[in-house]
Amino acid sequence: MVVLPLSQHVGAPCEPLIQVGDKVKAGQKVAESSAFCSAPIHSPVFGEVKAIEPHLTFTSAKVMSIVIAPFEEQQEERIVVPRDETELTPEVIREIVKEAGIVGLGGAAFPTHVKLSPPKEKPIDTVIINGCECEPYLTVDHRNLLEKPEKIIDGLKLIMKTVSAKQGYIAIEDNKPDAIETILKHCEKEVEIDVVALKTKYPQGAEKQLIKAILKREVPSGGLPFDVGALVQNVGTTIAISEAVREGKPLIERIITVSGQGIKEAKNLLVKIGTLARELIDFCGDVVGETGKIIFGGPMTGYALFTLDVPVVKGTSGIVVIPKKMTPELRDQIDLCIRCGRCVEACPSRIMPNFILDFTLAEKLDLVEKYGVLDCIECGCCGFVCPTKRPFVQLIRYAKGKILEEKKA
Amino acid sequence: MEEGKEKKEEKKEELKLIISVSPHIKDVISTSKIMLLVILALLPVTLEAIFLFKFDALQVILLSVISAVLTEAAINKMRRLPLTITDCSALLTGLLLALVLPPRVPFWIPLIGGFVAIALGKQIFGGLGYNIFNPALVARAILLLSWTKHMTRDFIPLPPIDTVSGATPLFVAKQARAGLISVNLAQYYKPLLLANSHGSLGEVSAFLLLLGGLFLIWQKIIDWRIPVSYIGTVLVFTYFLKGDPIFYILAGGLFLGAFFMATDYVTSPITRTGRVIFGIGCGIVTTLIRLYSGNPEAVNYSILFMNAWTPLIDRYIIPRKFGAVTK
Repeated sequence: MVVLPLSQHVGAPCEPLIQVGDKVKAGQKVAESSAFCSAPIHSPVFGEVKAIEPHLTFTSAKVMSIVIAPFEEQQEERIVVPRDETELTPEVIREIVKEAGIVGLGGAAFPTHVKLSPPKEKPIDTVIINGCECEPYLTVDHRNLLEKPEKIIDGLKLIMKTVSAKQGYIAIEDNKPDAIETILKHCEKEVEIDVVALKTKYPQGAEKQLIKAILKREVPSGGLPFDVGALVQNVGTTIAISEAVREGKPLIERIITVSGQGIKEAKNLLVKIGTLARELIDFCGDVVGETGKIIFGGPMTGYALFTLDVPVVKGTSGIVVIPKKMTPELRDQIDLCIRCGRCVEACPSRIMPNFILDFTLAEKLDLVEKYGVLDCIECGCCGFVCPTKRPFVQLIRYAKGKILEEKKA
Repeated sequence: MEEGKEKKEEKKEELKLIISVSPHIKDVISTSKIMLLVILALLPVTLEAIFLFKFDALQVILLSVISAVLTEAAINKMRRLPLTITDCSALLTGLLLALVLPPRVPFWIPLIGGFVAIALGKQIFGGLGYNIFNPALVARAILLLSWTKHMTRDFIPLPPIDTVSGATPLFVAKQARAGLISVNLAQYYKPLLLANSHGSLGEVSAFLLLLGGLFLIWQKIIDWRIPVSYIGTVLVFTYFLKGDPIFYILAGGLFLGAFFMATDYVTSPITRTGRVIFGIGCGIVTTLIRLYSGNPEAVNYSILFMNAWTPLIDRYIIPRKFGAVTK
């Protein structure tokens, strides 16, 4: 059984193209939207559509989903792509990427063809491939770098061609010397591609922080990477682009890390989109000991699940099982700030989480905004370092929601 | 079929998951751990004080700590709030207060001091995190003004001034500066650094305080910017005002103040730049009081003075946020 939520990306949700009872091939497009900022969804299996109904997703919300029961024997369908290199114009590449339903695989799930279509007045000179694991515990990027270096370099070149960028970088954290070596070996002849080893730290893989680390350019507050002429793509996404353009393969599977001290065997798995979390946990030998939390995504920004009846979506980079003894205790009160300044020191957006929290509690939203809450990337560093375990991310999300609501009104 | 269902339910039963907002992992640091590390850093100098002053020191330390902790517990009870003595901050305040008291004060001085530190220095503002001034220093200031005789004379006297009992090296320096006596301050370097029995409990050894301070910096408990800017300012400023800079940084509770009092999280600025400003401010005020006022000691007042500036510093020193457009 695979479950395909119709909204797996940032942007407009898709409309189903099939009906209950239809037989669908693996790779067949089953849902799409006419909106530009959206990404079509393909069936990962050859099977029969059993239902189109709301299903739980990792955010604990119910989302309209297509449920497909796979057949014993599998058949695959691919999207049509040009064989001739000269036919691969930027427009064609963009169209293929869109048709393949590719979204950012680092976790944000932003439709990739949109990212590949920067406004004309903001030319892109540099493309950065993000091989800096987005979170602790996750090793997806590392695996990809080791196993598919050719596809990463090919994908990078395709992206550079699409946005006519002159320079490409592949960014890898310095705790993965094997990956750095592999990639270096494969791009010896590529003059326009450089490999950069970056300090291993969290959140090194955050888009704006990565651009700053490599290009020394700061994306302006409220702006996007193309404001400084940069484009960042995750390694997984880059591989997906290469596979779509060269092989006509839509995004129907991805690599996922199943990890954490609470799982029997930590593994990186190639998983069909729509697979239920329960199956992955079972495949890794089930949980061991008393489980505290099971997290979709990484431990710093992921979502805690209350049930394993939740499908893997395009943006799922990992499932982390944290044992009870490592789970921070839940508090029913907010402890006082001792003003140690650790959150200020840790904040990659260089805002002052302590004041934002205090002003949020006091409902002084104008001050909360003045102190830069909208620049918060919700990396969770402040919440991690706080000695009195104050609920930073909760209240920051609350404040952001309130402020945006007021702005809309 | 029936069986399968049961099995499934069983599995669900055993997986009781906790859900909450990210981050799902947290640092092991806690308030009590921070406080205990500071206490650990103060242990060498405390032990030397006990070694030098014997029972006198032990009595001051115990009474001060007990008074501080009991006051905290009593106020928690009165306000019907959860007991906060487990965060160890009252314990630390009690110890810090003991270290700024002379060894021969009567027993009721540390008792009153501990009460004043916690009740008037901290709890009256709402408890840890809300107080404006360093609690131990508030207590010392009040004790000094209320029982000046005990607070300035219950030291072990230091020659060459035997007419006044209870002279400390800083007092001697003050007399010398006023031209009343002539003395070579360099003779005090070594005792101040290693074993000075003519001062408060915490002034017995600048070296051991430095050791404790470096330990806290290494453990990332305190920010080096405050002690470095504070002591650095005293050094440079004293030099320009024709004082003996080495004597003045070793004497009096400067190291105690710079490493353990001025770095108090609650009462010092939260940003790096703010902390440097704070440290420099403390240094300037300390030097001015020491060299130009009637008071020999100045660390206490200078830190309290800068504590009052902390909210203002925090209000105006805001880090440039990532991607902020510079005009």
